[in-house]
Amino acid sequence: MIWLSANESEALTLSLSVATRSVLLSLPLALGLAWVLTRRQFLGRTLLDAFVHLPLVLPPVVVGYLLLLLFGARGPIGGWLERVFGIELIFTRNGAALATAVMSFPLMVRAMRISLENVDRGLEDAARTLGAGAFDRFVSITLPLMLPGVLAGAITAFSAALGEFGAVITFVSNIPGETRTLPLALYTALQTPGGDSEAARLAILSCALGLGGLLLSEWFARRVRRMLGR
Amino acid sequence: MLRVIAKKRRGAFLLDAKFELPTPGVVALFGRSGCGKTTLVNVIAGLASADSGYVALDDGDLLDTDRGIDMPPERRRMGYVFQDARLFPHIRVEANLRYALKRAAVAPFVGVDRVVALLDLEPLMGRRTHELSGGERQRVAIGRALLSQPSLLLLDEPLASLDASRREEVLPYLETLRDQLAIPMVYVSHNFDEVLRLATHLVLMDAGKTVAQGNLSDMSLHPRLRAIIGTDAVGAIVDGTVLGADSSGGLTRVQVGRGELKVQCGAAAAAPGTRLRVQLLARDLIVATEPPRQLSVRNSLPGVITSVANDVDDSDLIGIDIGGILIMARVTTAATRELGLAPGKPVWALVKTASLRPHLI
Repeated sequence: MIWLSANESEALTLSLSVATRSVLLSLPLALGLAWVLTRRQFLGRTLLDAFVHLPLVLPPVVVGYLLLLLFGARGPIGGWLERVFGIELIFTRNGAALATAVMSFPLMVRAMRISLENVDRGLEDAARTLGAGAFDRFVSITLPLMLPGVLAGAITAFSAALGEFGAVITFVSNIPGETRTLPLALYTALQTPGGDSEAARLAILSCALGLGGLLLSEWFARRVRRMLGR
Repeated sequence: MLRVIAKKRRGAFLLDAKFELPTPGVVALFGRSGCGKTTLVNVIAGLASADSGYVALDDGDLLDTDRGIDMPPERRRMGYVFQDARLFPHIRVEANLRYALKRAAVAPFVGVDRVVALLDLEPLMGRRTHELSGGERQRVAIGRALLSQPSLLLLDEPLASLDASRREEVLPYLETLRDQLAIPMVYVSHNFDEVLRLATHLVLMDAGKTVAQGNLSDMSLHPRLRAIIGTDAVGAIVDGTVLGADSSGGLTRVQVGRGELKVQCGAAAAAPGTRLRVQLLARDLIVATEPPRQLSVRNSLPGVITSVANDVDDSDLIGIDIGGILIMARVTTAATRELGLAPGKPVWALVKTASLRPHLI
């Protein structure tokens, strides 16, 4: 892009790549969790709910640190992933995606839960009497009806993922071209003598991306609502 | 034969229901709002559980709590028409219909074309469900239920959310279904006019209990029914066969028991052999103790009084046997006294043709 320096456009494309991976990773998990938290009654549901929301209230550095313990090269999960699948998380963009996914997870689950709670169970009952089994009902009725929430959740989480700083820098450090996303690049620019104008441009870019994401999310939600006649 | 037994306790509410319906036929579950009709239908459909229950249609057991049988709703093959239609809002009318056909468990005996023709759905096929009127929604819902190829159709107050004219717009379609498809129906209603037009059998419910049941004619003078619909709506429901046109023209002669009624009905219903149903409202009947002369009334049915019972206030209900059929007239207590109306007395029951509204059955 002509008005961005090489460093800046590298940070932008990296951010988009990390955020995309982050959303792809968290979307199915959030959908499953939203379903369990909304539709199932079980012991420890409140605890699970609180656990999902933890990243909202914890300092991001703490999340990054916990990820380091669990997913680091010698961590119980990180070590296993590397041995069995050859997946390296530490100092990689996949690691950055994991950190942003964890941080934006509560936003996504919350959006999906609200839309799932608004799905009329009567419609699922109707589908049931028409011969639709559990999975069929979910795919043909429930999921399309909660689509506004799923889309809104995904877009919000994507926007949040673009801006995650603390957890990323703690877990995967600040490596140009691999983990130096927009906020990290902005931070680096501020630490560098004469980096003021670059920092300003990155800040404007971040604002534009965030605003665009929110507007896009609203536009999608309206479109789907109109389609559903609400 | 549809056999249903269901017991269920939820707090202070107790459902205690038992009824049978010869198939094919239309059984009306009738009772005041909140008497447990919907809960009972949900138990039949499998959408609600019962503490103990038994549901069997023809030879298939769908629910038998004693033997641990509880078939899930998606395998019971019951077409359910809900009061609020419950059309899927994210797909169009045609897709709603095909949704049911695609999931049918048996080879289709009624296809999309037939359903569209029966219910006049052609102009609605491309619409979104929120663009439909209340009556149109119910027609689509009925069509969708039919396309699931059901062995039983459950209709839970399908017309209750419609105003009178919309109701009149959908009722004929239900009559057509009853006459053209031999699918047994359970029809929940608290509107007796719908019951009168559609049902072959009547099950009365009160506070969660099935309190009386039988075929509609036998049930029409039941005191329990009178208690629900009020004494103004009470009247014998008699089924008859068209004999032909009256010699004086204009009216149609209908054989009822060993007697005969003259009614006004359209040309379509006037063919000899057509089965008709009329309700003789007790408040519309006049009792005479000698053959009437010089009256405009076209129907004068000779009979014998079988019972005299005090009804509300100063009126009596007079049971009269007219050629093997029991009808009921409401007269003032003063008239009972002056005319000396008592069981065994021969009388003539008079009714204006204008107060008879024949329905095809």
